[in-house]
Amino acid sequence: MRIEEHPILNFKRGKKIRFFFNDQEVEGFEGETIAAALHAAGVKSLSHSIENHRPRGLFCAIGNCSSCLMEVNEEPNVRICVEELKDGMKVKTQKGKGDIL
Amino acid sequence: MKPVEILVVGGGPAGLCAAIQAAEMGSKVLVVDRNRALGGQLIKQTHMFFGSEKQYASTRGFDIAQILLDKIDQMENIEVMTNTTVLGLFEDGVATLEKDGKYIKVKPKAIVVGTGASEKTLAFPNNDLPGIYGAGAVQTLMNEYGIKPGNKVLMIGAGNIGLIVSYQLMQAGVQVEAIVEASPTIGGYLVHASKIRRMGVPIYTKYSIKEAIGTEAVEKAVIWQLDDKWQGISGTEKELEVDIICISVGLSPLSELLWQAGCEMKYLPELSGYVPARDENLQTSVKGIFVAGDVSGVEEASSAMVEGYLAGMSAAAYLGYSLYNTKELREDLLQQLNSLRHGPVGERINKGIASILIQSEAAASTEA
Ligand SMILES: Cc1cc2nc3c(=O)[nH]c(=O)nc-3n(C[C@H](O)[C@H](O)[C@H](O)COP(=O)(O)OP(=O)(O)OC[C@H]3O[C@@H](n4cnc5c(N)ncnc54)[C@H](O)[C@@H]3O)c2cc1C
Repeated sequence: MRIEEHPILNFKRGKKIRFFFNDQEVEGFEGETIAAALHAAGVKSLSHSIENHRPRGLFCAIGNCSSCLMEVNEEPNVRICVEELKDGMKVKTQKGKGDIL
Repeated sequence: MKPVEILVVGGGPAGLCAAIQAAEMGSKVLVVDRNRALGGQLIKQTHMFFGSEKQYASTRGFDIAQILLDKIDQMENIEVMTNTTVLGLFEDGVATLEKDGKYIKVKPKAIVVGTGASEKTLAFPNNDLPGIYGAGAVQTLMNEYGIKPGNKVLMIGAGNIGLIVSYQLMQAGVQVEAIVEASPTIGGYLVHASKIRRMGVPIYTKYSIKEAIGTEAVEKAVIWQLDDKWQGISGTEKELEVDIICISVGLSPLSELLWQAGCEMKYLPELSGYVPARDENLQTSVKGIFVAGDVSGVEEASSAMVEGYLAGMSAAAYLGYSLYNTKELREDLLQQLNSLRHGPVGERINKGIASILIQSEAAASTEA
C-alpha cells in the first residue's frame, strides 16, 4: 500500500520499473529497496526459519537482523531491506540456507 | 590500500558533525555509511526536534539532516562513500569496507565511530510473525518510501519513540488501536502523549503483549495487565484485531566494531548496553579511535551532534590540526553537552559516563 497523501511529506518516486517475485511480474520504483517494493505489493512473508519453516517478515529495515533474506538473481541470502531494486530483478523466496555459488 | 587520514564510520548526526569539524580544522575525511543516503535516524524523522537552538530544535529531523549534508557538500576535503559497510576494524589499524560486493582496505590515521544503535526486541509467543516490526522499520517504510505497513497497529512502548511513531502512523493513515507500556508511567514527553490521547488512542500503562496470533502474518494481538512484579495477570487479556505490531522498547549501542578493535567495553544500563570507555575528548582506550553518538550511549540527536563535533575535533587534534580558537570551541561543546544532560534522564547518563571515563592525559591533545 503506497501512501498517496501525507500532511508533511511529499514522496518523489523514481521511474516505474518491473521486477519478478517468484516468477510473477511486479511493479516498483527506481530508488527504493526490494523490501519496500514487495511491501507495496502486499508481500510480507520474506524468509523462512531454517528448521520449522516459519515465515519471517521485515523487522529492522536497516540490514541488521537478517529476517528478510531472499534469493536475488540467483544469489542467496540477500538482505532485501537494504538492496536497491533494479529493473528486471528476479527475487525469489529462498529454500533452506542457500547454496554456495 | 587507500590512504585515508580520518575515517568516519556512520553518517548519522554524530558522524556528519565529526566530519564537518575535522574537515574545518584542515584534515581529510572519509565518511562511510552502509545506507543509501546519509543522515542516519534523522532522515526518517518528520517531527520537530527537541533540544536547544544550537542543535536545531524545532526543526524537523529530515531538515536537520539536509542542513548538515549541505555543509558536507561544500567541503572539499570530505569524501563520502554510501552503500558501503565497514566490516571490520583490525588491531593493526586497518579497516575493511564492502561496496557493491567489492572488498576495500583502508588504513586511516584516526577513526571516529558513529554507528548509532539498533532496536531491541521483545520475547513473546509468535514474535517472529511477519507484520511485527521494530519502530525504525515502520518509519523507514512510511517516511522514506511512502509505504503503509498495514492498516491497524498495536504499539508496544510509550517512550518518545513509541509515541512519535504512533503519531506518524496516524499521519500515514494507519489506525493505532492501542499503545501498551509495561511500566506504571509513560516514559515519553507528556505533550506527545496528550496529543495522541486527544486523537482517541488509548495508552495502557502496566500492560504488555501476551502473544501475537496468526499463521502467515499477524492477525491479532493479545495484551494483558502486569502486576507489581511485571508478570501478566490472567483474566485481564484483551484481544485486538491488528495487522501490525510495532515494538518500541528501546535501543542498544551498535558497538561490534569497537569490540573488534579491542576497545575496553563495559555494560552500563544507564547508557543502554555495552559501551566503550572513553576520555573527555571521546577517545577510546585504543589510541586514535574516537566515538560519538548513540554508539557510545543511547541519547538523542542533539547530544549526538555535539559529541560528533567534539570527536571530530579530537581526531583532528590527534593528528596535529588546530584552529586559533580550538580551546574555546571545545569548552563550548563541553558546555553544550552539560546543559543537554539535565534532569533525571541527564543525571542517569552523566552517572553512566562518569563510571567509564578514562582519566588519561585528558584535554592534553586538544590543548596542545
Ligand atoms: C522515532 C525517533 C524519534 C526521535 N526524536 C528525537 C528528537 O526529537 N530529538 C532528538 O534529539 N533525538 C531524537 N531521536 C534520537 C536520534 O535520532 C538519535 O539519537 C540519533 O540519530 C543518533 O545519532 P547517531 O549519529 O549516533 O546514529 P544514527 O543516526 O543511528 O546513525 C548511524 C549511522 O551509521 C551507519 N552505520 C552503522 N553501522 C555501520 C557500518 N558498519 N558501516 C557503515 N555505516 C554504518 C548507519 O547506516 C547510520 O546511518 C529520535 C529517534 C527516533 C528513532
